[in-house]
Amino acid sequence: MNWTDHLPALLLAVPLLGAFVTPLVSLGGKMLRNTLLVVTTFVTLVIAFLLWKDVLVSGTAVYVMGEKVFNLTMPSGMKLPVRIILEADAFSAFMALCGAIASFAGALFSLNYMEGFSGMKRYVSLYCLLTVGMLGMTITGDLFNFFVFIEIASIASFGLIAFWRDKAEAVEASFKYTLVSQVASMVLLLAFGALYGKYNALNIAAIGSLLKFGFMEKIVLVFIVASLACKCGAFPMHMWLPDSYAEAPSGVSCLLVAVSQASLYGLVRVCFSLYGVTMGASFIPWVVILLGLASMFFGVTMAVVQHDIKRLMGYHSVSQVGYMLLGFGVGMLVLSDAKGMADYGFAAIQGGVFHMFNYTMYKALLFLAAGSLYYTTGKRDLNDMGGLARKMPYTTFMFVIAAAAIAGLPPFNGFVSKLLIYESSFAVHPSLAAIALISSVLTLASFVKVFQTAFLGPEQNAFLSVREVPSGMLAGMGVLTVVILAVSLFPSITMSYFVEPASKALVDQAGYIGAIMGGGM
Amino acid sequence: MIGNAPFFVVGLLFLWGLMAIFTQKNLIKIAMAITILGSSVNMFLVALGYRTGGRVPIHFLEGDGGPMVLPTPQAMTLTAIVIALATTALILSLIMLIYRHYGTINVDEVRRLRG
Repeated sequence: MNWTDHLPALLLAVPLLGAFVTPLVSLGGKMLRNTLLVVTTFVTLVIAFLLWKDVLVSGTAVYVMGEKVFNLTMPSGMKLPVRIILEADAFSAFMALCGAIASFAGALFSLNYMEGFSGMKRYVSLYCLLTVGMLGMTITGDLFNFFVFIEIASIASFGLIAFWRDKAEAVEASFKYTLVSQVASMVLLLAFGALYGKYNALNIAAIGSLLKFGFMEKIVLVFIVASLACKCGAFPMHMWLPDSYAEAPSGVSCLLVAVSQASLYGLVRVCFSLYGVTMGASFIPWVVILLGLASMFFGVTMAVVQHDIKRLMGYHSVSQVGYMLLGFGVGMLVLSDAKGMADYGFAAIQGGVFHMFNYTMYKALLFLAAGSLYYTTGKRDLNDMGGLARKMPYTTFMFVIAAAAIAGLPPFNGFVSKLLIYESSFAVHPSLAAIALISSVLTLASFVKVFQTAFLGPEQNAFLSVREVPSGMLAGMGVLTVVILAVSLFPSITMSYFVEPASKALVDQAGYIGAIMGGGM
Repeated sequence: MIGNAPFFVVGLLFLWGLMAIFTQKNLIKIAMAITILGSSVNMFLVALGYRTGGRVPIHFLEGDGGPMVLPTPQAMTLTAIVIALATTALILSLIMLIYRHYGTINVDEVRRLRG
């Protein structure tokens, strides 16, 4: 038996171990604890990369917990899988890799950023737990396990958002997030319970193979879409997102971006792999498209008027989630229509998948850059900043790259994914693409404003003593910058090795089900 | 009809909890509403697994006749209860911190994050 067979389990075991040995290791001092954080997140990243490579070469990886043979999903005599199963297809592995990169970058950044705060062992512990929750959501093949991981991630993030508990705003933001996220999780559990009651199974593939689209399934789908859209911050339920992203320490905001993407992954997985073609081109795809348009437009219009740099970025997150929802919504619309799928549907899904990756990278980088500004100047209000480009050349350079990517300027990765979404949504209705373009222009305007007020302009007396941020923070931002540049400079390689397999795996419902249920569906 | 009674109770409790979260002004009452919401979902899971006249799903304790009650929803409920315990503890401690910072637990006055 090959050790790479155990990669799905290791992906969760390593950060989980990291979380629980932190209190012990912290007894050995600060140096040891910091090393643990970096080593844990780095090993997780390596495992995620190996898993992704493995899945790409040898197809969907399946891991059955508690079985003698790791990939025996259906013991003889069983009609349904009974054990807890991890299932990583190309899309899951893609999301896990994307989350692991964000987690590593945030960990490097936190080393210097959080220096001098007490309670760091709890920070490291919760940070690793948040990583576990996020990775677990992406590779689990079981609905109830998805709920458990979403709760692990939520509980860890409640603690981390309120980490600076002497700040009233941080506690308030955390409480707001707790409320929204608890209601969403309970609705989600109710929906999963209803599915279990009808199909006697919790495995996504098993339910997917049995599913008949009736009245109950419609209600369940609405519950799941509503609660997961709420967790990833789509428009009507977005109010927690700018608050908690802004008040959390920047290293955590960076990881929270990846966690919200894992919720979006859950939404997309349920729509494509659980419901698939049975969903039909009716109500739900249009709901997703409209949610996307509303998030995109209202998110960006609220972002333009913000003064607080991290709140501004929080509202941009709402707007960016809208693009992905639009892309996936268009994909769902033509799921049962082979011609439409070939013409523009697959491009839309590719755009959505690629945008999930791009968004995680550049938004994480933007939060880290905002954190650097806060670290050096102690301010978050844009009106108090100015002339920082001279003082912090590296941060400025990386901020410009991230801002160009989020605004969708041509050579950068954001442009490619946005273009795919524009083209495909134009085929459905031109007004969809028009709203997306207007939002993109407003995004550009708002980042020009940030760049101009914070980095350009005359040197200010208040910032004479400002220096470039320490090397750990630069390294954290550097990781993300390198990824963004690599993805931007080699678009054809990225598309064919990275995005296309993930999109194909997402559309291929039979493949996802077959990996668990065997070929006989 | 009487067999569906638990599900009506679940629905009522769930709506009640949801309504309380939106209408109550006191943070402690909101925390209670969240707990009610969680309990209603747990009750839903347990009710799903119940079989009329069912036996205990443990081999050496089972009685005579009838099908076994489903054990999986019970395991799920236990997990959900543990999770709910952790969140309730966190919510209460957050309310404590909010009271310390703002001197009130009225939702309308805990409003520094706006716009």
